[in-house]
Amino acid sequence: MAAAILPPILWALIMLIEFIRYIAAGTVTTLAVTLVALPLGLVIGLAFALAHVYGGKVLTQVMRLYSTLMRGMPPILLLFILYFIISGSINLSPFWAGSIALGVVSSAYQLEILRGAILSVGGDQMMAARAIGMSRLKAIRYVILPQALRLAIPPWSNEASIVLKDSSLVYALGVAEILRRAQQLSATTQQPFMAFGTAALIYFILVFTANRLLDYLARRTQIPANPLG
Amino acid sequence: MAEWFYFFYTALPAFLNGALVTLELTAVGVLAGFVLGLASALGRVYGGRWLRWLAIGYIELFRGTPLLVQLFLVYYGLPGLGLTLDRMPSAFIALALNSGAYQAEYLRGSILAIGEGQMMAGRAIGLSRWQTIRYIILPQALRLAIPAWSNEPVSLLKSTAVAFLIAVPDLMTRAKALAVQTYDPIGAYIAVAVIYLAMVYVLDAFLKLLEERARIPGYSVEGKKA
Amino acid sequence: MSQPVLVAQNLTKTYGNNVIFRNISLSVNERDTIVIVGPSGTGKSTLLRCLNLLTKADSGKIWLDGVEITDPTCCSEDECRQRIGMVFQNFLLFNHLTALDNVMIGLTKVKKMPKEQARRKAVEELERVGLVDRAGHYPGQLSGGQQQRVAIARALAMEPRVMLFDEPTSALDPELIGEVLAVMKQLAREGMTMLVVTHEMGFAREVANRMIFMEKGQILEEGTPDDLFERPKYERTRQFLWKIAELHGRKAPEENG
Repeated sequence: MAAAILPPILWALIMLIEFIRYIAAGTVTTLAVTLVALPLGLVIGLAFALAHVYGGKVLTQVMRLYSTLMRGMPPILLLFILYFIISGSINLSPFWAGSIALGVVSSAYQLEILRGAILSVGGDQMMAARAIGMSRLKAIRYVILPQALRLAIPPWSNEASIVLKDSSLVYALGVAEILRRAQQLSATTQQPFMAFGTAALIYFILVFTANRLLDYLARRTQIPANPLG
Repeated sequence: MAEWFYFFYTALPAFLNGALVTLELTAVGVLAGFVLGLASALGRVYGGRWLRWLAIGYIELFRGTPLLVQLFLVYYGLPGLGLTLDRMPSAFIALALNSGAYQAEYLRGSILAIGEGQMMAGRAIGLSRWQTIRYIILPQALRLAIPAWSNEPVSLLKSTAVAFLIAVPDLMTRAKALAVQTYDPIGAYIAVAVIYLAMVYVLDAFLKLLEERARIPGYSVEGKKA
Repeated sequence: MSQPVLVAQNLTKTYGNNVIFRNISLSVNERDTIVIVGPSGTGKSTLLRCLNLLTKADSGKIWLDGVEITDPTCCSEDECRQRIGMVFQNFLLFNHLTALDNVMIGLTKVKKMPKEQARRKAVEELERVGLVDRAGHYPGQLSGGQQQRVAIARALAMEPRVMLFDEPTSALDPELIGEVLAVMKQLAREGMTMLVVTHEMGFAREVANRMIFMEKGQILEEGTPDDLFERPKYERTRQFLWKIAELHGRKAPEENG
């Protein structure tokens, strides 16, 4: 009865808060999926980027093939293939299988980002490092990577928000992330627009916040007057 | 392996039908998205206060949320507001709105790269603001946008796959049906992966060709390789 | 006679069918300052890189302090390069490190020197090139001349037996060349063994005890600067030195003062 005399705006606001509270548990899962997939993709992507640039002819070709194949198909399709391969060989929950699969999907894109950054640091820096007696490995570790990783931050933060958004794909595997929770709300409350609208709002806030944080990181780590920009 | 090829062969007609739907989704998404993107890019650069904020709001909201959520909002959400749409129109609308936001940013980038000077020169010979945009800015900006923009059709082609979650009869949906039928999800999905790869490869090659053709000799905007 | 520090015998380098240089032999003795001149594209830079093992020569041998470093069983290339300093035309400072860290990094990461000791040594080297007050600056915040001096300090910090200079002033604005040449002259006076590819004829005449004229991948003529300037054996040498002196020479007397 009390609800009926509330102004509609206030009523909508209360409902939004209730919806957000219900979806909050899914938000934690979404962030968890992203925080598994993104670093996993970074580790694989970095290793493969180094193999692409500094590996021999064969390794370079293998990496090129990996990158072309992985980036040539829809992420959701690759997610399914990897999911069925992973869950067929080891016993993993959909959360873990999905997050790992998403990380592998992202690795191909991160490979390209890091490869580009390494190439733009350039062979001259490698030569200068070798000239003072550094081994190849030391030159990569102390001279190439500190510069390449900094250069990679802006495109990488774009990839980070893509992974955050793509984490919604594990919905299809039944993981209870934001979208799945929104769907449950939509079914129980018969308020589909409000339910999915709230999900969209939460995603937007997450993506926006992540972008700001990474912008800040990029500014903090900037090399003064760097000729590479 | 031989079994897989046989399986691939028998499923081929269904896959080709699905591929046509996928291409249809891509084409409508890219074209309608282009119109939306161009309008909102112009709104964001040249519009008054309200138009500018409307364009910014649209672009940022659709770039900042997953396509899947947008799709559900259109297909499941709009009926809640009294607007019920079929699967295909829902997918068209969601893809166009999503792609439009991304295309707007490519186009805005190239409009900004053309710079104030061209607008000033156009106004100086007596063209109106709109005429300058129409005859001076856009012919340059559209060409300049091609290299960056040409990633969008391929990217959208891959994105259309999520539409299978509202059971649009695209390639992905056919794969799922086959996966259920044959109890071999990996085989079915790898089969469509091959088709997706082929489509991406052909589309990419076509766009590279277009990019090559559209290049104006010796023309590039300072600092940006055209 | 003083000891040979760096000796090369019959070095040949080709890229495909393109011969960069053929059968180059030279010997750099202790406290030598040798200047190599010659038209661009005659393989001078590649020669320096081969001497430093940054590029592999196709054939020929190189000895450093009597040990053959082209013999893969003798020692690691990285160890050899520590003892051969190299200064590049375009400086190649590490962009992400301050001047001090640029000089330190070889000491801490290659020589494994403790940080404090490395810092003291790096400050000393920066003092030597007159840039202690720029220690905290990043390469992008330094002028070209300052960057090149830091690059020299970075190489010196490794205490090399010989320093190779690959056109160290070619990328500099004219007014910045003097400060780099001054550092190099001081090094020569201190007795550093140096092999310098340059077009600075003033520097060559004043500092070099030997000059090598290279053309088309071969050593055409060598001798003291006076030999080459006053009584060249070949007309080609005279022509080239005359042209270079006309292009670059006018600046030289001013710096000599």
